[in-house]
Amino acid sequence: MTAAVFFGCAFIAFGPALALYVFTIATDPLRVTFLIAGRASEGLKSINPEETAPSMRLLAYVSGLGFGITSGVFSFVNPLFDSLGPGTVGIHGDSPQFFLNSAFMTLVIILLHVFWGIVFFDGCEKKKWYILLMVLLTHLLVSTQYYSASLHLTSSGLAASVFTD
Amino acid sequence: MLTFMASDSEEEVCDERTSLMSAESPTSRSCQEGRPGPEDGENMAQWRSQDSEEDCEEDPDGYACSRGPGRPPGLEEELTLKYGAKHVIMLFVPVTLCMIVVVATIKSVRFYTEKNGQLIYTPFTEDTPSVGQRLLNSVLNTLIMISVIVVMTIFLVVLYKYRCYKFIHGWLILSSLMLLFLFTYIYLGEVLKTYNVAMDYPTLFLAVWNFGAVGMVCIHWKGPLVLQQAYLIMISALMALVFIKYLPEWSAWVILGAISVYDLVAVLCPKGPLRMLVETAQERNEPIFPALIYSSAMVWTVGMAKLDPSSQGALQLPYDPEMGGVKLGLGDFIFYSVLVGKAAAAGNGDWNTTLACFIAILIGLCLTLLLLAVFKKALPALPISITFGLIFYFSTDNLVRPFMDTLASHQLYI
Repeated sequence: MTAAVFFGCAFIAFGPALALYVFTIATDPLRVTFLIAGRASEGLKSINPEETAPSMRLLAYVSGLGFGITSGVFSFVNPLFDSLGPGTVGIHGDSPQFFLNSAFMTLVIILLHVFWGIVFFDGCEKKKWYILLMVLLTHLLVSTQYYSASLHLTSSGLAASVFTD
Repeated sequence: MLTFMASDSEEEVCDERTSLMSAESPTSRSCQEGRPGPEDGENMAQWRSQDSEEDCEEDPDGYACSRGPGRPPGLEEELTLKYGAKHVIMLFVPVTLCMIVVVATIKSVRFYTEKNGQLIYTPFTEDTPSVGQRLLNSVLNTLIMISVIVVMTIFLVVLYKYRCYKFIHGWLILSSLMLLFLFTYIYLGEVLKTYNVAMDYPTLFLAVWNFGAVGMVCIHWKGPLVLQQAYLIMISALMALVFIKYLPEWSAWVILGAISVYDLVAVLCPKGPLRMLVETAQERNEPIFPALIYSSAMVWTVGMAKLDPSSQGALQLPYDPEMGGVKLGLGDFIFYSVLVGKAAAAGNGDWNTTLACFIAILIGLCLTLLLLAVFKKALPALPISITFGLIFYFSTDNLVRPFMDTLASHQLYI
């Protein structure tokens, strides 16, 4: 598999998240801290005065993005680096588009996490518990859909990793 | 890490909080002369905006500028928060860069993952048939390594206390010579071998000579701040790679744990060597070995510079919200990178563990800086990060990795 596959899939999966980061977060170090520390920013929040506090919406967005990027990276980085090594995708009759599919699904998951983050924080703030339930249910729904899709594929795609180190 | 005072009202604030500020250092004098006029006239409202902060930070000499006088106490916390976040980023970037260099090298250059003997500091082998014997050997290796480090640190502190500056200076110069020339030569050789690039000796010597000579000048004398920072990052990475190569598996993990305990003791206990070092430097109003420490703001002292396995990380962060920069010991860089590098070397081409350790270390650093903002004195940087890193390494390697592998192979996303 070529470097083109590697870079192409990497940018498909992480491009939008990176763009979101560069244009909205990288400019403010406080936001970067919230991104990395995520939930561990309780302490920072408590000494945050009102006027220049990052608003709840921003915090929701940043932590959603943080969760999304982490989740996407952990899911996709191993196949991504496998794509740099030798191998033939789909040699046993599976889909040769394994990497492309994975890249798009990673992209979807990252964006979903951002949205879920914002909606969840909003639900918590306005104490509308049905919103939390909806977030949880939609999350489960998405995962179930992935699961049922994966069941229809026999020994999906990692023929490639059979041939890599 | 120097604060430049705009008015007398800031004197006591600086003295109280900056433990390493030198009142009679040439830098502060020249900085006061060189500071632009409008800085003095800044009013209170202005310092809040990011722009004026940026203007000040981008002072052509690269100095950190202080705010205008007369700041009301209620805004202290906000300032702390803002500068805290800025400091966090200022340290995230170099730590991340160092770890990226180490991980990239480990993943691509086979030399650093091949077993090729052990250091003299870890004489016990780990090729033993029984688990108990291996564990015992790694603990013994750790004891020897830690005692060597303790002895060398105490020796350094004693030399510093009795003002044997020439000796220290010579020692540091010798160590950085070795790092900048010998280790760089070996590193370059291995990288060229990996990518099968043919390079003749004259070119190689020219490259290594230039790299090393500029490095010596930047670290031990004067140079652009960014270049000095880059060299410090590079020598930390080289040192970490040496440790990754020559420390056997189990010994490395036990050493990492032991060294964070030692760091905690050495920096916080009243008789700890590193604390004594900081306090002696405070009494004499001198900065501590400016190039043993990565500083994010300009420090112009004809000082010692070094990277040495004996002087591992105390986080020398005398905190001052007016400062533009913070300092982190090079030993911290090294041991962070050793942890992440070992995680990268250990997995079977697995990236989840490496990433988990990387995030753990950054979170630990974030928390340490938060503590620094609260306690405002020199703190050890290793314990929290290394603890998180070790926890994340073992749990990710044993629990998360098989799980994520199965998920990825079925294209299942959660």
